[in-house]
Amino acid sequence: MSDEALLAERPATASGSAEPTDGSALRDLWLVAKLDVAESLRARWFAVYSVVFGGIVALLFAFAVTESRILGFLGLSRLLVTYIQICMAILPIFVLVTTVRSVAGDREAGVFEYLLALPVSLGGWYWGRLVGRFAVVFLPVFAAMAAGTGWAVLQEIPVPWHLFGLYTAFLAALAWCFLGIGMLVSSIARSVDVAQGAAFVIWLVLVLFLDLILLGVMVQERVAPETAVAFALANPLQVFRTGAMLLFDPELVLLGPSAFVILDAFGRTGYLAWTLGYPAAIGTLCAALGFRWFRRHDLP
Amino acid sequence: MIGATAGDVRVSGLSKAFRGTRVLDGVDLAIEPGERVALVGANGAGKTTLIRCLLGQYTHEGDVSLGGLAPRSARSQVLQRVGFVPQLPPPLKMPVPVLLDFASAVCGSPRERMCEVSVRLGLAPDSLGRRPFAKLSGGQKQKLLIAVALGRETDVLILDEPAANLDPDARAVFFELLAERAERTSMLISSHRLDEVAALVHRVVELDRGKVALDDRIADSGSLAVRLACRIELARPEEAAARALRAWGLREEAGGRVFEGTLAGPDRLRFLGTVSRYSALISSLELRQAPREDA
Repeated sequence: MSDEALLAERPATASGSAEPTDGSALRDLWLVAKLDVAESLRARWFAVYSVVFGGIVALLFAFAVTESRILGFLGLSRLLVTYIQICMAILPIFVLVTTVRSVAGDREAGVFEYLLALPVSLGGWYWGRLVGRFAVVFLPVFAAMAAGTGWAVLQEIPVPWHLFGLYTAFLAALAWCFLGIGMLVSSIARSVDVAQGAAFVIWLVLVLFLDLILLGVMVQERVAPETAVAFALANPLQVFRTGAMLLFDPELVLLGPSAFVILDAFGRTGYLAWTLGYPAAIGTLCAALGFRWFRRHDLP
Repeated sequence: MIGATAGDVRVSGLSKAFRGTRVLDGVDLAIEPGERVALVGANGAGKTTLIRCLLGQYTHEGDVSLGGLAPRSARSQVLQRVGFVPQLPPPLKMPVPVLLDFASAVCGSPRERMCEVSVRLGLAPDSLGRRPFAKLSGGQKQKLLIAVALGRETDVLILDEPAANLDPDARAVFFELLAERAERTSMLISSHRLDEVAALVHRVVELDRGKVALDDRIADSGSLAVRLACRIELARPEEAAARALRAWGLREEAGGRVFEGTLAGPDRLRFLGTVSRYSALISSLELRQAPREDA
């Protein structure tokens, strides 16, 4: 085939970049996302992941969390509050470790070498993997919550639909955030061990900055509350935690004096928007940086 | 590149280093359309790195182009016309139909065409149901990867020890498939042993520590699709020899003393290598070019 015919089939961009300008990048994205879902559904991590989140909801029902009362919360609201707290503890590390293991693992095992020898655009490949992976990490978490809610409907337990909707959006934002971080780590790290180690350290730092380091710094250095709050607002885990807390504790009594800074600066609605937008932005930024790295360096 | 022809492979001053270690060091190579080149060299000579540069997977110094386009900057356009078979099948967990659907969609080639190639190699993809690719045998994986590479229009084939896991019948079909596109497709066939690929190529390029150590044309190896009628008589029946000859698809007669059948022409050197292990037992050996059997 001549160059002209070849170029007519899949035209290059004016700059001669790797990404085609026609709809083939979107088509590739969709195909790769489907492929990633098909791969993940067969992976052991996905089975464990689904069982863990489904099991949590089953356990919450089994231990009659819907019957217990705390801060005035009862029924499904109580279950959702507990579920969201547990998700905050385990979802980030699950997403980070499974993402870096499977993406960096694929690179190490030669999957990249083969699949990236097919005429798939790098953008379609990278973002397709991100979208496919988002589906497989978010859907089990959502499905467990939805199953619990469905059960509550059958049992005629009142369902707080606004809480259900907000928690769904929070979880999606949190999953996207750590997925983006995981993709960045996977793009830069050249081996599974390094990627997994880096992912664990990132998670640990964010967890430590939830309370331990944050409180320690505040007490020892006598930093201004605004500075400590700025740290907290930069930590997506803390943002999620405070946002979730805000839904059942509108005055943020549990948070102490920091609540004044947060509520004065954001207001309740503003902070809920921050809880959704900030982790999503962090995830997107990290994913974009990861793509930039991925595109400019060795692929396998 | 203006004036370049599809199937042209041009490598100029190609260098690649990993953490300060130079794996390719100023490699120059030109492959004309329709040319079949063996890429040989010891482990670590730089064969895989060169292949990955040709596939646009590595950053590098120097220039690489296929059909006049750089695979790094125009990868989709270039790879649309390149078929690749890796040395080691990737551990894909996806079911076989998902892999075929994906490959046919991104390559823009009907899935049926890939399935036809696979069937010719002796593997009907439909018979595998939804088995994960990773659970197939080595030979089955290799046949599917060859089917994906050859089940579409390509100008360049990059094959990394492609026939290593194939049985003799499948190897013969594989050589026929290569012969069918030999006139219009450039081929780069990598192996760490020249005898594995010598009969398939016109030219041998040997890499040694990242440099081209040898670039030589070899005597015309004849048609890739030629078949050889083979007859071997042993001085006495011997189970080890019989097992080896049966593995080549030869029929056993006269109580294990005579073996007959056909071989793929390009396999003659490999076959003689096998037979040489039992040379003391052989009382007669005949290899004759056979008329091509209709399928």
